[in-house]
Amino acid sequence: MVTATPLEAELLELAGSVPDPELPVLTLRELGVVRAVHARGEDTVEVELTPTYTGCPAIEAMSLDIERVLREHGVREVTVRTVLAPAWSTDDITDEGRRKLREFGIAPPRTRAASGPVVVELGTTRTREPRLPEDGPAPVRCPHCGSAETELLSRFSSTACKALRRCLACREPFDHFKEL
Amino acid sequence: MTTTPAKDTAVTAAALALGDDALVLSHRLGEWAGNAPVLEEEVALANIALDLLGQARVLLSMAGDEDELAFLREERAFRNLQLVEQPNGDFAHTIARQLFFSAHQYLLYAELAAGDGPFAPLAAKAVKEVDYHRDHARQWTLRLGDGTEESHTRMQRAVDALWRHTGEMFQPVEGIDVDWTGLETAWLEWTTEVLRRATLTVPEGPRTGAWAAGAGRQGLHTEPFGRMLAEMQHLHRSHPGASW
Repeated sequence: MVTATPLEAELLELAGSVPDPELPVLTLRELGVVRAVHARGEDTVEVELTPTYTGCPAIEAMSLDIERVLREHGVREVTVRTVLAPAWSTDDITDEGRRKLREFGIAPPRTRAASGPVVVELGTTRTREPRLPEDGPAPVRCPHCGSAETELLSRFSSTACKALRRCLACREPFDHFKEL
Repeated sequence: MTTTPAKDTAVTAAALALGDDALVLSHRLGEWAGNAPVLEEEVALANIALDLLGQARVLLSMAGDEDELAFLREERAFRNLQLVEQPNGDFAHTIARQLFFSAHQYLLYAELAAGDGPFAPLAAKAVKEVDYHRDHARQWTLRLGDGTEESHTRMQRAVDALWRHTGEMFQPVEGIDVDWTGLETAWLEWTTEVLRRATLTVPEGPRTGAWAAGAGRQGLHTEPFGRMLAEMQHLHRSHPGASW
């Protein structure tokens, strides 16, 4: 790991301040997708960006936005490179990002164990999650009323990264940012 | 990990095989857009298709130019499994195809992700996506199999019809160093358990051998594949170099 120079740190901050094109309440830093900024020479910069999902169509808009912001800051050459490893995880979303998601009406992803392939037992459709063990994963809470009693309507929602759920207390449907 | 792997022939061949699987199944699933039984499924199938398309783009880019490979190759140059090119049929057929393929892809990618080969970065990312696809197909298999008489009959018919395409998934692919026999054993075990819980019968028909299907990796495809390609490729071929 090479330590970032003050310039690189500044540019990383700038690139990270770009809002997510699909969830504009979040910045790319809060989403955890800007991996690094490398200054190459006087005014050439390379940015490492990682997609949330392999097929995420927002990655192109993100690249263009990062290029624009850094150019406006005076960087002449900006290259945004897509990196896959290490794979992005919803654990990369910052606490501030989670808070903003909830305010926006999206249940944030629960944090998961650090290693190993993911085992997600989602239960059958349109049934409540069974009572979860004390040491098991936390329930998905309704972002509107906070109730832990929610049901799954569909494993996939408006985007691949979300599932559609409904609150059994306030009856509002809501998106849940799936754990990945 | 981020350097471009050497374009050696074995890696290229393997990237084509895995990339074509993802591309072709993605296109088939996309055919459900506007036709799915309920809106939630419309969205689910399109999202699974999008995940697969993303994987296909990374894999085909390892083998060459993704657009040229997707849109300008002839049928015999495609290296996908015959399973993924099978027509959607009814919803049960689509689910059976997905169950068989996602279970295979999950096991294969998990093993690739654990290694340090050229496919490890993609596999580590994709295996988490495939876990959701596999779960989606499993839940539907349980619902349809253990559902009404009609849904049970249709699900069983779909499982029976596609069974002969499942042996091909475990034919070794040049450039992919995994324990294929071990993968097949794990796949059979998992699939058998899902079918049993869904009150479905595991077909007795052969999965390999002369009668069973399976020469997609050698470029031999089933009859509906040509028509699928014609639809998938015609826009690109009719308007070379067009852009949005």
